[in-house]
Amino acid sequence: MRYMLLMIPKGYESAGPDVQPDAGRVAEMMRYNESLQRAGVLLAIDSLHPPSAGARLHFAGGKVRVVDGPFAAAKEVLGGYWLIQAKSRDEAIAWASRCPAGDDEVIEVRQVHEFGDFAPEVQAAAGAYFDMPEKR
Amino acid sequence: MTDDRQADIRRAIDAVWRIESARIIASVARLVHDVGIAEELAQDALIAALEQWPADGIPRNAGAWLTAAAKNRAIDYLRRGTLIDRKHEELAREMEGESTMPAPDDTAALEDDIGDDLLRLIFTACHPVLSPDARSALTLKLLGGLSTDEIARAYLTPEPTIAQRIVRAKRSLSDAKVPFEVPRASELPERLSSVLEVLYLIFNEGYSATAGDDWMRPALCEEALRVGRILAGLMPAASEVHGLVALMEIQASRAAARVKPDGEPVLLLEQNRALWDQLLIRRGLAALQRAEALGGALGPYALQAAIAACHARARIADDTDWARIAALYEQLAQITPSPVVELNRAVAVSMAFGPAAGLRIVDVLMREPALRQYHLLPSVRGDFLFKLQRHAEARAEFERAASLTRNERERKLLLDRAAACGP
Repeated sequence: MRYMLLMIPKGYESAGPDVQPDAGRVAEMMRYNESLQRAGVLLAIDSLHPPSAGARLHFAGGKVRVVDGPFAAAKEVLGGYWLIQAKSRDEAIAWASRCPAGDDEVIEVRQVHEFGDFAPEVQAAAGAYFDMPEKR
Repeated sequence: MTDDRQADIRRAIDAVWRIESARIIASVARLVHDVGIAEELAQDALIAALEQWPADGIPRNAGAWLTAAAKNRAIDYLRRGTLIDRKHEELAREMEGESTMPAPDDTAALEDDIGDDLLRLIFTACHPVLSPDARSALTLKLLGGLSTDEIARAYLTPEPTIAQRIVRAKRSLSDAKVPFEVPRASELPERLSSVLEVLYLIFNEGYSATAGDDWMRPALCEEALRVGRILAGLMPAASEVHGLVALMEIQASRAAARVKPDGEPVLLLEQNRALWDQLLIRRGLAALQRAEALGGALGPYALQAAIAACHARARIADDTDWARIAALYEQLAQITPSPVVELNRAVAVSMAFGPAAGLRIVDVLMREPALRQYHLLPSVRGDFLFKLQRHAEARAEFERAASLTRNERERKLLLDRAAACGP
């Protein structure tokens, strides 16, 4: 099973577009990342630029409206994620709890959908949809 | 404390155990030189944790706590044993000094030590003195942190059978006085191939799972991959380890596409490639690149991975680089000659250079005694003949293939193809 550990750093919602992480913190975090890698569970990892450099798209009323960041209404935003392989939710939580996170950071643990999680009719629908571009 | 909270802590401790057990068993085994005893001592430490942590809470450095507790038990064990001599006394004193928490500066050195111990544990669990079944079960127990019950479910085998297999395996290692060490350079290639064989066996056991099987079966694939990645980290210069990891990552990427929702298998070339897991493909290609970057001739796992990579890189089946696949099969046939590899080469050659070229290889294989009962040989030959418009001969081959297969679905498919050849 796959789990995503979503890092939610408080204050990141209003951070400037050029904000740089603290070098000492990064070094500490790298040791944690290495421990995930050494254990063979780390599948992917990324950190995100702050929302002030991003955009949100709204789809209400059948129209696309693009709003540039920062987003006044957002109280929690993503700072990055780890994608790990774990046998259970508890194991994912155990890995997350080792993260050298600070007082103002929250990690949300979410299971990633895998194809087999879906009911046969949903799988069939996905399969049929994806099939089309293959036929030249 | 409520029962719910008890259960929560119990599950949290199980998760810590799953993450830490291999490292704990490995570091204790270095002291007591017996993986069976090391596992028991580690289990004792776990029991102590189960008694203490519900009251005190789970310590932040739970792994270090468990390791220290297990090592203390190892000291007691060595003192208690009839083997007490000056050497053990010294060792025990040394370890008492050691059992305090390491200073942060020591982390790197400590990781190296644990890495060495883990490597010893992998080589010991996969020792050729054990049968492949025993090696697989022991590897899952000691390195995967899987319970006997989970292993039993994964192998669709009664739990007592697996429990006994593990007990016997540990006893065989003791009886054979298998040292807890990484093999010497002269033995290394053979011992490493025994390790890789076990990981690939575990992987394939999981990969052959069908719809409706216990979820523990596919979990075997993840487990084999996880241990493979650990091994690749510990032996970065071993090309074949990266090769096997690459092969497993790429094969695992097709998991969603290789069976229909009703459980019917889908052939590689007919799979919906949009369902292939691009993350695993990328990881597999990266691992293959590491194997290739090490230089030297590729081993059998890396070559199979390179073949799998040709499929993975093709956006649609028609884009497949069959000439390269044929060349890779030729290399594979040179280092691991086998009629089955040769048959695969024939298919690749026919795709690259036409059915007549494939038929020439297959005609030679018709004299191969090992393939006399192998339904895929007449099935492949029938396909070549059909494409060459030699319908009557093709029909005979499909019928022969149908009579050899034990799979009902396949038999029907082959008889359909025979019928399509006309009277």
